[in-house]
Amino acid sequence: MIVKIVNKGHYTLWRLRRSHMNALRCVHALTILGNKNRYYMEKHIFEIKNLNIYYHDFQAVKNVSVAIPSYVITAIIGPSGCGKSSFLRSMNRMNDLIPNAKLTGEILFHGVNIYDPLISEVNLRRRVGMVFQKPNPFPFSIFANVAYGLKIQNIKDKAMIAERVEESLKRAFLWDEVKDRLKKPALELSGGQQQRLCIARALAVYPDTLLLDEPCSSLDPLATAKIEELLQKLKKEVNIIIVTHNLQQAKRISEYVGFFNSGELVDFGPTKEIFERSAQSMVGRYIQGIFG
Amino acid sequence: MYKHTFQTKEKIIELIFGFCGMFSLFITLGIMGIIFWETTLFFKEVSLFEFMFSTQWTPLFSIKHFGVLPLITGTLLVAGIAMAIAMPTGVLMAIFMNEYANAKVRRILKPVLEILAGIPTIVYGYFALLSVTPFLQKVIPSLSGFNAISPGIVMGIMILPMVVSLSDDAFGAVPKEMKLAAYALGSSRFQVAFKIILPAAMSGVIAAFMLAISRAIGETMLVAIAAGMKPAFTLNPLVPIQTITSYIVQISLGDTPVGTLAYRSIFAVASVLFIITFIFNVIAQKLRHSLKY
Repeated sequence: MIVKIVNKGHYTLWRLRRSHMNALRCVHALTILGNKNRYYMEKHIFEIKNLNIYYHDFQAVKNVSVAIPSYVITAIIGPSGCGKSSFLRSMNRMNDLIPNAKLTGEILFHGVNIYDPLISEVNLRRRVGMVFQKPNPFPFSIFANVAYGLKIQNIKDKAMIAERVEESLKRAFLWDEVKDRLKKPALELSGGQQQRLCIARALAVYPDTLLLDEPCSSLDPLATAKIEELLQKLKKEVNIIIVTHNLQQAKRISEYVGFFNSGELVDFGPTKEIFERSAQSMVGRYIQGIFG
Repeated sequence: MYKHTFQTKEKIIELIFGFCGMFSLFITLGIMGIIFWETTLFFKEVSLFEFMFSTQWTPLFSIKHFGVLPLITGTLLVAGIAMAIAMPTGVLMAIFMNEYANAKVRRILKPVLEILAGIPTIVYGYFALLSVTPFLQKVIPSLSGFNAISPGIVMGIMILPMVVSLSDDAFGAVPKEMKLAAYALGSSRFQVAFKIILPAAMSGVIAAFMLAISRAIGETMLVAIAAGMKPAFTLNPLVPIQTITSYIVQISLGDTPVGTLAYRSIFAVASVLFIITFIFNVIAQKLRHSLKY
């Protein structure tokens, strides 16, 4: 049926694209409304079916199928180069930016396939935010960093932006430290503060899901503890998927764990169960430090 | 004893290298010294006030006036037209090469720009005089054969490669992580280019502009050929003008005897030229070094 409509021309295609995105927004609105009684909501935020990711001839992710539960922290662990970052990036289509990356399979976000040609990756990324390994604030002021996501959505209401900036900084446990110097350059902050600023920046656009790619790997233990505490609080409001090298961290903060090895999702389940796997299994050996 | 000869050798080598290093410095100081010496001789006969505020420049006429303003307006007029063309085009081109073009297009564009940069300025001059001016005369009938707009436009094309490659470097220096962060927040490519990369690389881009301006101000052959030799205190781009550099050409090629006032006047205007380009270069250097993350 879609093919028929597409043949009618660009305008219809554009309309369809709009309505498709609106559907995605409606679903999102539902998830916001459902915050209080989230047990009525759908159980899975992402459903991934037969996902394969290739770079040139190298296959980074091999035939992964998994459903990621909503409103918990899901940790992705595994040895370096096992495809966990590629897997994470595929969920907000950041892989599109890598030349020669190819992807097959389906990723359903609230039931909508995000790799459908009608889906705009720009709008998707406004719903699925991302925080990177290295803190990467823009070379602007602290305020402008957090407000950026709103400004690119053409929000002009200054009072609203100021309010949202304050709220986001509070949500990221950064407000008390920076409230007197919002106009100062963000690059003057410490590494841990910069990373929390990046989280605040991502939160300001009200994402549905936050993808974190080893957010603590360049931070000291104190800054790490602060971010973990923050994530614990945030998981009530947004879905969190975190890639981490730190097994203790995964054990501490996540409810679900996925274990990747050489591109395959070897194991996925509640954290407790995964961490109790015997040393006979690959996961058990990795977790106990026998390999990896 | 052996050690001693070794040390002497080292000393001599060091001295030679040091001399080579100092060579460019001595040359620069020497040129500056001669220019400023002749300039002081010039100002013994002409008052600084007349030089700076008179609006007539007629050193070769029987009634001599030495007001440098017509030459400065002529110079800035041509440079201004050139920058008006090179700045937007150059920055947009650099953004295109950095953010939009794929590797294949880049591979073609870069060498083409380098070819553009390698064309001798005399060719540009004749291009302005014999191609651009006649074409413009069809559009603007009142345009005279020598004018500021035609060499201005061609000079814009001439300094374009410089603006593009320097801004391209500045854009390339913006960390990739910053772009990724912007994309991850849902920016379109346009927004990444104009709200992240351009502001982040702004100091580098302005440095590129400054260097391009000082190149435009110092450019000689193009304006000597196509802009005319008639000093005019005007901002009208349609009439013949004279720039500082083309005045220097006129005097040095003519039969002006050494030691006359007209001869010394070229050193005075050269000082002005030197000061203007020096200021722009210093600003550019300052900005380029402030480009840090």
